[in-house]
Amino acid sequence: MASKKASRRGFLKAGAAAAAMSAMQSAGAQAAVPQAQPQKSLKELVGYGERSHFVTSVRVPVVERPSPDQFGLIFHVLTPLQDQVGSITPSSLHFVGTHRGSIVPDFDPKDYRLMIHGMVDRPLEFTMDELKRFPSVSRVHFIECLGNHSRPEYTTVQQTHGLTSSSEWTGVPLSVLLKEVGVQKGAAWVVSEGSEEVKGAGSFRLAKAMDDCLVAYGQNGEPLRPQQGFPLRLLVPGFEGIYNTKWLRRIKVVDRYYMTYNDYGHIQKDEEIAALTFQWGPKSVITFPSGGQQLPGPGIYQLTGLAWSGGGAVRKVEVSTDGGQTWKEAEIRGAVHPKAHTRFGMNWKWDGQECVLQSRCIDELGQVQPTRAQLAQHFKVTPDYYKTHGVQGSDNMIQPWRVASDGSVHNAIA
Amino acid sequence: MRSLRGLLPVMILALCHAAWAQSPTYGLGRTPSAEEIRAWDIAISPTGKELPPGSGTAKEGAQLYTQKCAACHGTTGSGGPAPMLIKPQSASTSSGPCVAPCIREGNVMALHSPYATTIWDYINRGMPLSQEGTLKPNEVYALTAFLLYKNGVIQEDDVLDAQSLPQVKMPNRDGYALPEWKPGMPRPFSAKP
Repeated sequence: MASKKASRRGFLKAGAAAAAMSAMQSAGAQAAVPQAQPQKSLKELVGYGERSHFVTSVRVPVVERPSPDQFGLIFHVLTPLQDQVGSITPSSLHFVGTHRGSIVPDFDPKDYRLMIHGMVDRPLEFTMDELKRFPSVSRVHFIECLGNHSRPEYTTVQQTHGLTSSSEWTGVPLSVLLKEVGVQKGAAWVVSEGSEEVKGAGSFRLAKAMDDCLVAYGQNGEPLRPQQGFPLRLLVPGFEGIYNTKWLRRIKVVDRYYMTYNDYGHIQKDEEIAALTFQWGPKSVITFPSGGQQLPGPGIYQLTGLAWSGGGAVRKVEVSTDGGQTWKEAEIRGAVHPKAHTRFGMNWKWDGQECVLQSRCIDELGQVQPTRAQLAQHFKVTPDYYKTHGVQGSDNMIQPWRVASDGSVHNAIA
Repeated sequence: MRSLRGLLPVMILALCHAAWAQSPTYGLGRTPSAEEIRAWDIAISPTGKELPPGSGTAKEGAQLYTQKCAACHGTTGSGGPAPMLIKPQSASTSSGPCVAPCIREGNVMALHSPYATTIWDYINRGMPLSQEGTLKPNEVYALTAFLLYKNGVIQEDDVLDAQSLPQVKMPNRDGYALPEWKPGMPRPFSAKP
């Protein structure tokens, strides 16, 4: 009864307002129509929305190198994985790893061209509009820099793991373009090259180019961000980050390894270490609770993290809350895509005692993420070796976090 | 003539088949001219086949180095803020943060690179800072010769050009591995659960 009254009153009010409005309109154009004042710029309200000012998660430079450096160049900035939910990295927070990163090239897509030539029947050059007339695919993939490694002095997961990010990339499969130009017999490698001031270039095997590489123009539903290679980049899923050539302008099909600009700094003498370097292994990290965070007290929490592998899809993630003595399978919480960040989680009840939390990833090839001790044993060194040396190949070792009895969380890599 | 006439349908069929097998699906894009390809074709194979005409010696390179490189890489090729280019005779005392790519005594390019072509490629596309792509082929040959000479790889009066550069005997010629890769291939090391 009360609500009926209220709605009737509302109806009467609205009617009165409408009557007043029409009276004012008929009275002339000068009549004062009450208007709410926009709190924010129309550019944001109408054009392109911003996140809440309460949300302050940002990228930070890597610990040991200033970004930019004294030349205004070196630029490695880390994704705030500790604040991320789900498995997609917001484009604005995607990590940046480049030696010329403070110079972000500004290419007009109208004038942009991709050339494919070399050992092909028909060398061709495509405009952006022409590339978009090929069938496109959208796939979720991580990109991870070879420099992503955990060290005892790093305190947060942003520092230990922030050089990996995951996006939905949209573009043309490289295999489609290579079939269009007609790869000739004897071809075995491709060289991909950027259009920035140093024309960064690298070589990889034709088998990979024909498998799952993407000539991408889209990232998370919009064009690539300039720092991610606008208007065109290469995706070489699962391989170390440097292969994912940004500002892609040229692909040359060749018969041998070229060892050009980006290749030189990454050569390895040992065949096994070389193989451990270019394709990422199974990897995972707990993002909550992680280093630098504070638990308010004992009780129930959602332990959660990300898992991924350069070898394919994540099959299983296991979590240990007792320093690696026992392991329990975590829930996969979200879609599982090959070579993509995959969200995992589990209910976790903290009893207030000091404990060590860690996760390990097992991928669809059956590869298992190793501990530091297991890697040391394989290479016949003591675990102390890694205090003074880099990891053999890329660092996919298990990351332990120590929860102290006061609820503070710390990097437990010794 | 008769035999040709008999062969003609077969030849046409064969040509059609070849064209069909290799024809593009979408027919998009335009064919770049030979000149357009040459202008962009700057990745240098270890065989040197993309190297342009031109030549240079270490003596010519020394002068260029002073003008264009020494400010960042140091007058002696080491001790500057940019990566080391000439391995010092005595052990270096540098221990501060190393700018990327981190290059010290162990991986000075003239000693560590398996191919002299990689040095030419690197200088040509990436140097000098803020003037990338401005060096003429003769200058790139001369600077490559200077770095190889100062690191004891070639003689001071050796002339480097498109023929001689790929022939330079590099001390680390076999210093890299190229592992095989196939789709679905695991890495060589995995832990046991």
